[in-house]
Formats: sequence, structure tokens, C-alpha cells
Amino acid sequence: MREELLAIVERNSRIDLKELAVILGVEEIDVVNELEAMENEGIICGYHTMIDWEKTSIEKVSALIEVRVTPQRGQGFDNIAERIYKYPEVTSVYLISGGYDLLVTLEGKSLKEISGFVSDKLSTLDSVLSTATHFILKKYKDHGTILAKKYEDTREKVTP
Amino acid sequence: MRDMLSKQAVNLKPSGIRKFFDIVSEMEDALSLGVGEPDFDTPWHIRDEGIYSLEKGRTFYTSNSGLKELREEICNYIKRKQGVTYDPLHEVLITVGGSEAIDIGLRAVINPGDEVLIPQPSFVSYEPCAIMAGGVPVVIELKAENEFRLTAQELEDAITEKTKILILPFPNNPTGAIMERKDLEEIAEVIRKHDILVMSDEIYAELTYKEKHVSIIEMEGMRERTILINGFSKAYAMTGWRLGYACGPREILEQMVKLHQFAIMCAPTTSQYAAVEALRNGDADVQEMRTAYNQRRRYLMHAFQEMGLECFEPFGAFYVFPCIKEFGMTSEEFAERFLNEEKVAVVPGTAFGDCGEGYLRISYAYSLDSLKLAIGKLADFVERLRAEAR
Repeated sequence: MREELLAIVERNSRIDLKELAVILGVEEIDVVNELEAMENEGIICGYHTMIDWEKTSIEKVSALIEVRVTPQRGQGFDNIAERIYKYPEVTSVYLISGGYDLLVTLEGKSLKEISGFVSDKLSTLDSVLSTATHFILKKYKDHGTILAKKYEDTREKVTP
Repeated sequence: MRDMLSKQAVNLKPSGIRKFFDIVSEMEDALSLGVGEPDFDTPWHIRDEGIYSLEKGRTFYTSNSGLKELREEICNYIKRKQGVTYDPLHEVLITVGGSEAIDIGLRAVINPGDEVLIPQPSFVSYEPCAIMAGGVPVVIELKAENEFRLTAQELEDAITEKTKILILPFPNNPTGAIMERKDLEEIAEVIRKHDILVMSDEIYAELTYKEKHVSIIEMEGMRERTILINGFSKAYAMTGWRLGYACGPREILEQMVKLHQFAIMCAPTTSQYAAVEALRNGDADVQEMRTAYNQRRRYLMHAFQEMGLECFEPFGAFYVFPCIKEFGMTSEEFAERFLNEEKVAVVPGTAFGDCGEGYLRISYAYSLDSLKLAIGKLADFVERLRAEAR
């Protein structure tokens, strides 16, 4: 049940528990227990809402920053990653294989705010060797959801 | 011109679905539960392969039987799923949808007056295809108390001296019924005893929700007397690509290839390249769609239970077949009133044979949200009918 349950709530965390039980073919209490177990085990880490900020009047700018760092003895990348993820404007930090070490995503009110963060806070950290900032111009698809287009049923209404 | 038309063509009954389609299409904002094709788009990697084949200029006819690589992949697939071996060179034919395979398969084996056993309710084209092939359709009425399976007794009772072939339409459109191994073993015995052929239309084989699909070709002595029909429409959501196939004994396939060659030449080339990709890398997509259909199926069964609508639990295809006999209306009356009053289209069971009277076909090839909306309206309607009756 776990895999199917996770696949459903990953897409729709607001789904009604009773309905969840029906479509999974189990009892509601089992769904409740399983969700709680997975929350306790840290498998389910949160229930977020996907927002297309473009459609609101609220200004938001997001950027991806490639960061090269010097790993520390005994700590690897964990310490420096923690120093970075503690900033509230940082929305995610990934350790990456390849040409650089950390991929940091950032959300801010303006280009200025983001560039300020990079030059004042990120670049000045001791272990940071270099950064490359990429501003996001348009989001086509996010978290498996296509933002650009809406689904339209173009099938004939009655077919054999 | 006096006799412009073929009497046989004129005498064919138009599809009961067509009639309903005409009413619905005049209604602009009607919701529908009447669709017989998946709501999913063809998985992107399959579409991409089709586009790629066009870019590379693969725009010519293939051989009459179809691309060799595709026939080989089909044989691998059947070997993998059913454990039965076919020779890709002589025992597989790529057709324009499963529908073409039904048509030419019957024409390849029927002599005038041969009886064709057609269990109903079932897909709309078996009967007309049998007639146009010169056969005599003999309907076997499947029963709700058997969960619309074909029983050995029903088969035995329908067989005569003239019986040539049995059409085996499982998993079934419109009932959603499946045949399990023991069901098939029982009817295989009757088939062997009377030495008749089988056309097994397994277009919904990938969409079963109980155990893995079992095919009649797995039963002893059946491979050599069965025309197996399948295709890509339902499993891979590829209805518009028009691609199906038939497998069977070489003697029959040779005749089918001839008919196919003269009428069609070959199935669409682009679709064939896309289908190779589907068979090689499409298992995960099928699994994902099957899981989604199963969730919707459970949702519908639960909803019917809540509104007290009688319905056997179907384990195949993407249809449920609830009974509406309690309302004292014909299927068509019910469907028409439901459409007029609630603006939701369903298909009357009678579109799939007279014995579909008293039932509706409801498709769950819709997102859960769309289903909820339409089923909510069905619940309102049912409640209103019951209030009227009081």
C-alpha cells in the first residue's frame, strides 16, 4: 500500500482520507495509521502547496546557484551545506555530482535581493570557492505538474 | 440506378452507440461517462519515437505483415506474458487496430452459412463483421449471475453442426468481466470436443485488476485453433494511432495477410515504429495507468454501493455495468432522461446487444475529479427517480 499511497499524496496531499481508503481498497483507519507511521519515520516530511506565483500580483524571483566549495576534514560537505540551508531565503540545497558541488535554489523579492544574498552572504563564506547564479525566467513544469497548459478532454464524447 | 446499394450493407443495423452519440453531440456542455478510450495521452517516449521516425523519413509502406522488428517484439511480449511462442515471420500480422483484425480474421475462416458464436453484451462490430463475412451470427446471452462470464454449459448449448468459430471477448467491453484460468479451462474442453475455432479479442488484456490476464492460447490444444487479437489502443493509450495485431496458426494468417494486403497494404508506418518503443520500454507506463484505473474502479464500486445501485464487481477493461432494472425503464430511456435532466452521457447496455437491457455502461477512463462530478449527478438522478416512484 505504501508505494501507491505515496504516489497519490505526493500529487494531492489534500485528498480526503475516506476517499483515499476507497480508491486504495482498504479501511480508513489503515490509511490514517500508515500516513502517521510514514510521518514518524520521516518518509513524509511535509505537505506543501504548489503555487504558480506568476499568476499572482506578488513579485517573486527565483534562482539556481551552482556553488563550488572546499569540503572540510571529517565533515565533508555537511557543515557548509548547513550554513547555507539555514538562510530562510534558500529553498533547497542539493549535493551534486559533476562540475560543481552544491546546487542552491533561492527565492527573493527581486533580482537585487538575490544578487545581494549571493555577494554578501554566500560568496563570503570561508569554504565557498565560486558561485554561478542562474535566474529562472519561466517555469514550464514543476513537481511533475505542467504549469504552462491546462488539460483539455478532446475525445469524442461517446465511443464504442 | 436501381440497385445502387448492397442489401447486406443496408440491412446491417447501425451501431446503437452512434445513435446516442448524435444526441450527445448536440448538447454543448454535457459531461460524459460514455467514452471507450483511455483519457491518458500516449506516453511521451512513444510519441517521441513516432515523431523521430517521421524526421528520419520513414514514410514508406512497410511489408504487408508489418515491420519485422515489431512482429518480433510482439512475439517476445506474448512469450513473456503468456508463455506461448509464435513465429514472427508467419504467425503475426500487424493490422489497423484490433478492429481490422476482427474483420479479416472472420473473413479468412468463414464460409457461407457458417455459424459464428458471439457472446453478448460485447463490442459492437463482431455481429456485422460476421454477417459481412457471410457467416450467421449466433448470440450467446451472458448473464449477470455468472458475472457475465461465458460458461461451458452456455457454450455447449449454442454449438451446432454449423458452428465454425467462437468469439471470446474478454476482458469485456462493456461489462468489464474477465475469464479466469478455470473458466477458460472449462470452455477449452468444449471447444476441443466440438473442434471449433476461437477468435480471442484480448485488447484489454493489460487492464485487469485481479490476477494477471490469462489467455485461451495458454490452454492445451488452443493455440493451433485460435486467432489471438490484441493491439496498442487500450494498454498504451494509442487509440488514434490505429494499430493492432493478430497472431495465429500459419494457415489462417496466410489468408488474413492476403485480405489485409488487398484492402489495406500495411498498417501506418509511423504507428508501427512508435509501437516498437511501446513494447520495449512501455511496461512502467502500463503499470501506472492500470493503477489509476483500479483506483477509479474502486471509487465507482463504492459510489454505487452508497447509492444502492446493483453492480457486480468487474475486474477488467475500464467499464462498470450497473443494473438499472429497479427503475422500470429501458436502458435507453434511462440514458436519455439522465442526459436530458443531468447532462451526463452514459451508454445504454443495449448498444452491445439486446441482453444488455436493464444495464448501463459507465466508463472510468476519466480523471477522479471528473468521475466525482458525474457520479454525483447520477446519485442525484437515482434519488429523484426513487422519490418519484414512492
